[in-house]
Amino acid sequence: MADASLIELTGIERTFHLGDSKVHALRHITLSIAAGEYVAVMGPSGSGKSTLLNLLGLLDRPDAGTYRLEGRDVTTLSPEVQAKVRSERIGFVFQIFHLVPRLTAAENIALPMMLAGVALAERSHRVAQALHDFGLEDRARHRPDQLSGGQRQRVAIARATVMHPAVILADEPTGNLDRATGEEVMRLLEVLNSQGVTLIVVTHDQTLGARARRQLSMLDGAVSLDTARPSGGAA
Amino acid sequence: MRVSDTLRFARDAASGTPLRTALLLLAMAIGVAAVVVLTALGDGARRYVVGEFSAIGSNLLIVLPGRSETRGFNPANLVTSTPRDLTVEDAAALRNGPGVIRIAPVVLGSSEISVGGKLRETMLVGTSAEFVEVRRLKLAQGRFLPQGEIGRGSNVAVIGATIRDELFGAEPALGKLIRVGDRRFRVVGVLTEGGQGMGMTTDELIIIPVATAQAMFNTNTLFRILIEGRSRESLQGIKAHALKTLIARHDGEEDVTLITQDAVLATFDKILRVLTFGVAGIAAISLAVAGILVMNVMLVSVAQRTAEIGLLKALGATAQTIRTAFLTEAAMLSLVGAVIGVLLGEAGAAVLRHLYPTFPAYPPPWSILAGVGTALVTGLVFGVMPARRAAQLDPVQALSKR
Repeated sequence: MADASLIELTGIERTFHLGDSKVHALRHITLSIAAGEYVAVMGPSGSGKSTLLNLLGLLDRPDAGTYRLEGRDVTTLSPEVQAKVRSERIGFVFQIFHLVPRLTAAENIALPMMLAGVALAERSHRVAQALHDFGLEDRARHRPDQLSGGQRQRVAIARATVMHPAVILADEPTGNLDRATGEEVMRLLEVLNSQGVTLIVVTHDQTLGARARRQLSMLDGAVSLDTARPSGGAA
Repeated sequence: MRVSDTLRFARDAASGTPLRTALLLLAMAIGVAAVVVLTALGDGARRYVVGEFSAIGSNLLIVLPGRSETRGFNPANLVTSTPRDLTVEDAAALRNGPGVIRIAPVVLGSSEISVGGKLRETMLVGTSAEFVEVRRLKLAQGRFLPQGEIGRGSNVAVIGATIRDELFGAEPALGKLIRVGDRRFRVVGVLTEGGQGMGMTTDELIIIPVATAQAMFNTNTLFRILIEGRSRESLQGIKAHALKTLIARHDGEEDVTLITQDAVLATFDKILRVLTFGVAGIAAISLAVAGILVMNVMLVSVAQRTAEIGLLKALGATAQTIRTAFLTEAAMLSLVGAVIGVLLGEAGAAVLRHLYPTFPAYPPPWSILAGVGTALVTGLVFGVMPARRAAQLDPVQALSKR
């Protein structure tokens, strides 16, 4: 299983200093996620699930431990190389969508390709494909404030997948949507997962979490339950 | 990120906040326009003065009666004190100097002139036949004063174009008689329009023989003696000779002032050039202020776009990419503001030239380059700090900001 691992965390520690007090956001996390898995990370606020997600997305660095992505130790990489890994291997979906308000839906979807320097022709081809795949063709020229919540999140998902990442990290992707729209967004993400993309969803919604094939429960910065390891808990 | 994408991204970001961007452009444009207009004024003044002096002719030595106290030329020396008379005989004596090709004694005064009941007051210049070449004047009709001994005066006059129009209108002026003071003169020539020199237009002059003028004004003193040398180089020799001759003629006392055209020109040129740099420098201060405004606008932009910067980092933008994007935006704002400023400044200079047609208010090329360059440099310098701040934002915190 170790060979097939997409993500392998060993002894990850992360501590924040808030004034005089130290907050142990992550305590000795050791975890392995295989390519193509569908994982829900659950837990109460402050349990460290967002910190874990940021760490997996290379937006944050651990204080100790190693993180291997596709067999490569990414914790020691320079910020520039980490940015390149984010660009090519990781897609983000956020609770509040994070679309650039002055850019149209099509331009928002094209943003990762623009940052990566993809040629214009290739870009417009892939944007057209994404707009088609996510049913946004008639919304291409609309700005985010002209889109509904569901449409905005679909644009965000299109943007997260346009670079063909290995893993999609979704932080409360349905948190700002009504039940029906949230359901629709989850289905889209699950379709992507069924096509082979590793999907990691952070949520505190039990029913949403139950949809995943593997659940990770976190408490006080440690994994308290991992359905892939019924014995449970961190070492 | 490709260069074209960086430019487009910066443009979109700037146009995303139209009011703020417009105000910044205005501030930058006013700064650059101030540089352009003020240097146009300064350089225009320089050109005007240099032009006025050049009109006299460049191989010229000017003899003034009286001795100024300090050596070297400055504009105050033009007014000299306690003169011993500079006479027509002095002028005649200088005619024999080495390298002297022409000499023109000048008497200046004003008098009333009339033709057939039309009356006006005008400037009168008494001089010799060679004055026309020394001062590079051109005749529209007739001929200039007759050649001959300087000391002998006849009652002939050459009139300026305006005088001709006012006194004779459409009728021919040549050969007509005009009354100047209590004497009658025959018009032998008319000057072309638009002659300039020493701060006056020749259009409103009447030129008569020097002896006649001295008789009319009842004086022996000359206002000036203009000596034209063969070449610029010959002027030093002429100057030494003239000074020796005049000291000998004036009982051994050095009571005349000799100035060369070059010295006058060079000094005015230098003074006004420094003045132009000075006003350009003052105007450049407003550019520095505009630079601080660039920094403020970019800092506000970074603060407002924190979440966007976090997003860009999550999407794979390096710190370098973000720094470049913000610097490009600052440079673009400065450059566009500067270009608008140059256009405004050129328009302002054109309005000045329209209002004062004789004043050559053209901004010198260096001022446009300096204005745009300073704007761009201040924009970049003041853009570095906001761009660094954007690049150093922690993506996790940036993304958590709504």
